[in-house]
Amino acid sequence: MPCAVAPPKIAQAIGCKDNLIPRTLFDKIWDFHVVGQRADGRDLLYIDRHVLHELHAHHGFAQLEKRQRGVHRPDLTFAVQDHTVATRPGRDDETNPSGTAFIRAMRQGARKNGIRLFDVGDPEQGISHVVAPEVGIVLPGATHAVPDSHASTVGGVGALAFGCGTTEMTHILATQVMALKRPKRMRARLDGRLGAHVSAKDVALRLIAQLGVAGARGYAVEYAGSALAAMPIEQRMTLCNLNIEMGGRSGFVAPDDATFAWLKGRPYAPKDAMWDRALDYWRTLATDDDAEFDREVTLDCSALEPQITWGTDPSQVVGISGRVPDPAAIDPGRRAAAESALAYMGLQPGTPLAGLPVDRVFIGSCTNSRLADLDVAAAVVRGRRVAQGVSAMAVPGSSSVKREAEAAGLDRVFRDAGFFWGESGCSMCAGGNGDRGAPGERCVSTTNRNFENRQGPTVRTHLASPATAAASAIAGRIADVRQVLSGAA
Amino acid sequence: MQPFSSHTAVAAPLLQDDINTDQIAPILHSRSLKEDYKAMLFHRARRREDGSENPDFVLNKPQFRDAGILVTGNNFGAGSSRESAVWSMLANNIRVIVAKSFADIYRENCLQNGVLPIVLAADAADAFAARIVAVNGAAPFTVDLVSRRIGGPGGADIAFDIAPADRMRLLEGLDDIGLTLKHMNEIVSWERRAAAAQPWLQTAKDSR
Repeated sequence: MPCAVAPPKIAQAIGCKDNLIPRTLFDKIWDFHVVGQRADGRDLLYIDRHVLHELHAHHGFAQLEKRQRGVHRPDLTFAVQDHTVATRPGRDDETNPSGTAFIRAMRQGARKNGIRLFDVGDPEQGISHVVAPEVGIVLPGATHAVPDSHASTVGGVGALAFGCGTTEMTHILATQVMALKRPKRMRARLDGRLGAHVSAKDVALRLIAQLGVAGARGYAVEYAGSALAAMPIEQRMTLCNLNIEMGGRSGFVAPDDATFAWLKGRPYAPKDAMWDRALDYWRTLATDDDAEFDREVTLDCSALEPQITWGTDPSQVVGISGRVPDPAAIDPGRRAAAESALAYMGLQPGTPLAGLPVDRVFIGSCTNSRLADLDVAAAVVRGRRVAQGVSAMAVPGSSSVKREAEAAGLDRVFRDAGFFWGESGCSMCAGGNGDRGAPGERCVSTTNRNFENRQGPTVRTHLASPATAAASAIAGRIADVRQVLSGAA
Repeated sequence: MQPFSSHTAVAAPLLQDDINTDQIAPILHSRSLKEDYKAMLFHRARRREDGSENPDFVLNKPQFRDAGILVTGNNFGAGSSRESAVWSMLANNIRVIVAKSFADIYRENCLQNGVLPIVLAADAADAFAARIVAVNGAAPFTVDLVSRRIGGPGGADIAFDIAPADRMRLLEGLDDIGLTLKHMNEIVSWERRAAAAQPWLQTAKDSR
């Protein structure tokens, strides 16, 4: 084993000189990937896997062309069509007219530069953050970048990922590295055991409420603890997906046997002897005992109930049995924001969240659109009907998820209950494909941002888990899934 | 990238925390590859539903229509990584944003585009914001990156800090890709080492 990746005990045993200091997993991955240091003090960090999407890619291709530069590693670069693709069955490039130019520019640029594109109609097309781990592009201990703030979703399989802007994306295309300042290290320990119908989404919302929307700014966050260890990979991805909502660019989980089992056999993952060799290495990917973090936070998950947002940023969260808070009782620095959020959301202080009538329910997005998410929602919906007057959508995160869901009959469950069942893409998360709510609608959504106007002008978004969203669709009101399932709501 | 040395313009107060990139550069219903970034900036706050101007929004007030400096609160630029949230500032000639703090990706996007993100400590930021409100667009401020000072009506010059490397990059308008390409030898030799140490990282092939 090379010294650069050896844990302290092994390092000592094999005679390494300079890494006897306990290190966090973040440091191990970062240190391995540092190519050099630029004159301006930034580390040049090698990016093992780079995934583009159509909203940003055309700018990058145009820039490279203008400067007569090529793509340094097209073989490590991938592209997906996700933000602007229509979800309507039988869709093509033109179904969402405002996406057509983006989709075609991406196709042309990918072809010209020799980049594998998961195009409209490809059996593995989908949301970049869903597709990349699903096909095994992203691996434990690998670095990953996407011009999208939710890139760190793939931290759920132990990759270190960075959301980036368009110019940074172009920089990676030309050089395969990012020029970064080393972030600080935070560990978020999730203790205890999750109750029934409580999921990673609820944990993440509670953690964002606890730390605030900028609480992890400047940090790379390692999630750990007993509640984390018990989470299936899909839920770990949901957790890491929401890391940016507390300001952290990168969030990840040390890989374990569950990760390895999940990855094995995926088409782009290593095979045979190479798999065995990779596995030996991946098993070293853990934070050393006694390694120091710049900040440690903990959350006891045992008493956690399903969570839901009441406001217009993802930290404005209460438990499902809670009430809309009184801005007068909130920290003065946050009071004006709370007042403005309540005005936008059309809510009065003291109103219970459960029971608020909803117009729309959306189940999907890079946060909650994997098969396990759809399974949970379908279990709530099965044999029930969406309440009258509610528009409900379920949009799988990838075409593979859609196929697997259909093989399991989930599409029937959703359709029979009155849900729209769509083709995969980002859909109503930011409405970039035309899927939006009507003005003033109240929407329970499994997405990541409840910002004003994000899901359509004046649409009022409540973020929640797939179980809560499904239960609310059935009840026609914001509902506690536990009560819907027991027949009490 | 357009170099930045000094910028003289009216400063507009947008004194809220956590202004996100959906607010700064909303995804509009109809869009094209060549977007109108000038019109995009704070579009939903600037325009009413019927398309008419909202006279209450700060950048629509006569004294702030040509503002070239934006003064705001904590965590400016949270949310989506969309770089249009910086391009729309540039398109409106806003080349300086003074905040208590910036979201990480947004700050990086500013540096990549010659927009100067200035962070002031909370007390200094509050005092500066009060001054901007009092001046009310009557006279411009000058932000000088060489001397790292903000000067203008209503008080003494304010000194600000910025990492020397970030300052140099803005002053010289350095092409970030060009800087990194000087390290191409290191990149290629890293690839060789990685191919030996973790070969699965240097290849990404569909095994089917």
